[in-house]
Amino acid sequence: MPALIGTMSIVVVFGTLAWFVTSAEQWPRIKLQFFNLDAMIAAFPRVLQGFWVNIQVWLTVLVCILVWALVLAVVRALRAPWFASFRLMVMIYIDIFRGVPVLLLVLLFGFGIPALNLPGLPNSGLFWGAVAMVLSYAAYVAEIYRSGIDAVHEGQRAAAKSLGLSEWQTLRYAILPQALRNVVPALMNIVVALQKDVALLSVIGVRDAVREAQIYTATTFNYSSLIVAAGLFLLATVPMARLADYLTRRDRQRRLQMAD
Amino acid sequence: MVPKIDIDNVTKYFGDKLVLDRVSLKVNPHEVVCLIGASGSGKSTLLRCVNRLVVHDYGTIRLDSVSVDDPAFGKTGLQRRAGIVFQSYNLFPHMSVLDNITLAPRRVYGQSRTEAEDRGRDVLARFGMDGFAASYPEQLSGGQQQRVAIARALMTRPDVLLLDEITAALDPELVGDVLAIIRGLKDDGMTMMIVTHEMGFARECADRVAFLDGGVILEEDTPDRLFGAPQQVRTQAFLQRIIAAGRL
Ligand SMILES: Nc1ncnc2c1ncn2[C@@H]1O[C@H](COP(=O)(O)OP(=O)(O)OP(=O)(O)O)[C@@H](O)[C@H]1O
Ligand SMILES: [Mg+2]
Repeated sequence: MPALIGTMSIVVVFGTLAWFVTSAEQWPRIKLQFFNLDAMIAAFPRVLQGFWVNIQVWLTVLVCILVWALVLAVVRALRAPWFASFRLMVMIYIDIFRGVPVLLLVLLFGFGIPALNLPGLPNSGLFWGAVAMVLSYAAYVAEIYRSGIDAVHEGQRAAAKSLGLSEWQTLRYAILPQALRNVVPALMNIVVALQKDVALLSVIGVRDAVREAQIYTATTFNYSSLIVAAGLFLLATVPMARLADYLTRRDRQRRLQMAD
Repeated sequence: MVPKIDIDNVTKYFGDKLVLDRVSLKVNPHEVVCLIGASGSGKSTLLRCVNRLVVHDYGTIRLDSVSVDDPAFGKTGLQRRAGIVFQSYNLFPHMSVLDNITLAPRRVYGQSRTEAEDRGRDVLARFGMDGFAASYPEQLSGGQQQRVAIARALMTRPDVLLLDEITAALDPELVGDVLAIIRGLKDDGMTMMIVTHEMGFARECADRVAFLDGGVILEEDTPDRLFGAPQQVRTQAFLQRIIAAGRL
C-alpha cells in the first residue's frame, strides 16, 4: 500500500509539473532553443567525440591523482623526526592547492606555461591544464587518505611496531590497506566530481564535449547541443553517484557489524 | 644470577604527568612475574617500556645485561627477542590468520614464504588453531583471536613474552583456554611479564607478583605472601576490592 501511494504521488506531482511547463506560453520557444531534435542530432557526433576526450582525460588524470595523493599522504603520515621538513612541505602544498580555485589553476597552467615555451617540456595546453587538475585534486584526495589513515586504530601501529616492522613497512602492510578500504566511499564522490570538472579544460581551448557544444552553439545560436553534452555527463555521473551511495551504505553496515 | 629483564630506576612522564616513578624490577630467566594494580597505575606503560613501544625518560632497562636502547640490538633485535600480546588482540583485520603470523618473519626477518608458513602452521597446530589458517580475524571468537595473537608473538622465537591483560576482553568461558596456553609456555621455560586482573591465575602461575600503585612498585613478593599477607595498606585495600568484586 505505501508503495502504491508513493507511485501515485510521483505520477501526480511530476505529471502536473510537466503539464504546467509544456502548456506555458513560452514553451514552444524554449523547446526550439534547448530541445530542438534536429539540432541535437546534428551536433551529436561532434559532442560525442568531445566527450570521448573528457573520458580519456578523466581516467588519466584520475590515476595520476590517486597515485600522487598517496605519495603526499604517506609523506605526511611518516612520523620519523628527520621527515619533519617533508611533512611541512606537504602541509603547505595542501593548503595552497586546496585554497585556490581549480579554474584559476587551469588558466594559470594551461595558458601560462605553454606561453613560456620552456625547452624540453610539453607545450600543449591540454597537458598543463591536466597537470593543474592533478595538483589541485591531489590536495583533496591526500586529505581523504589521511583521514583514512587516522581512522585506523592506534593498536594496529603498536602491533606492527612490536613485531619489528619499520615505519614504512607498518604503513605499507598494516595501515594503508585498512585506510584505503575506509576511504573508498569518499573517493567515489571525488571521482564523480572530477568527471564533471574535466570540462573546465574547455576554457583553455581543449575540444571536449562542452567546447564542441559551444562551437555548435556559436554558429547556430541554438543551445540544444549543450543539452546533448549535459545528457552525456548525466549518463556517466548518475550511475557512478548511485555506486558511491551503495558503497557508502555497505561501508556503514560493515562498521555497524564490526561494532557489535 | 644475571636477570633476564632488569628494570632499574625507570621513570616515565607523559607530558608533565609522572606515570612511572623510579621503578625497579628484575625478572630472572624462566621466571614469570605478574604485575597487578588499579587502572592507570602504569602497568601497561611499564610493559611497553621493555620492548620500547614506549621510550622511558630516566633509568635503564636491560635485556640479558644489554640496555634496550643499545644500538647492538639493531632495528629489530629487541622486538625479535621480546614479544608482546595485547588485551585487544590487535590482529591485522585485512589479513588471514596465516598472513598475520608470517608477516614479520617474511618482511622483517627475510624468511621465504614456505619457510615462514611451515613454521606458522606448526605454531597454530600447537594452539589448536590449525584449521583456521585461512580464516580472517573477524571470523574468529575472541579466544581464538587471542591464541592467534600469541602465535604471532611466538613466531620469531622470542625468549621473553610480555602479556598485557590478554584475557580481559574475553568471555569468561574462553579465559581458561588462553590461560592454559600461558601455563604451557611457562612449562617450556618462557620468561614472562604478565599484567593481569586474574588474581587466581597470578597466584597459581606467578613466581613473583608486583603491586603497582600510582607508578610506584609498592610491594613485590611471592604470590603466597603477597596475596596471603600483604604488607602495605594500599595493597590490602586493592586486594579487598578485588575480593569484593569476586575475582580472587
Ligand atoms: N600514550 C599516552 N599518552 C598520554 N598518557 C598516557 C599514554 N598512555 C598512558 N597514559 C597515561 O598513563 C597512565 C598509566 O597508563 P597505563 O596504561 O600504563 O595504566 P594501566 O595500569 O595499564 O591501566 P589499565 O589497567 O587501565 O590498563 C594513565 O594515567 C594513562 O592515562
Ligand atoms: Mg593497561
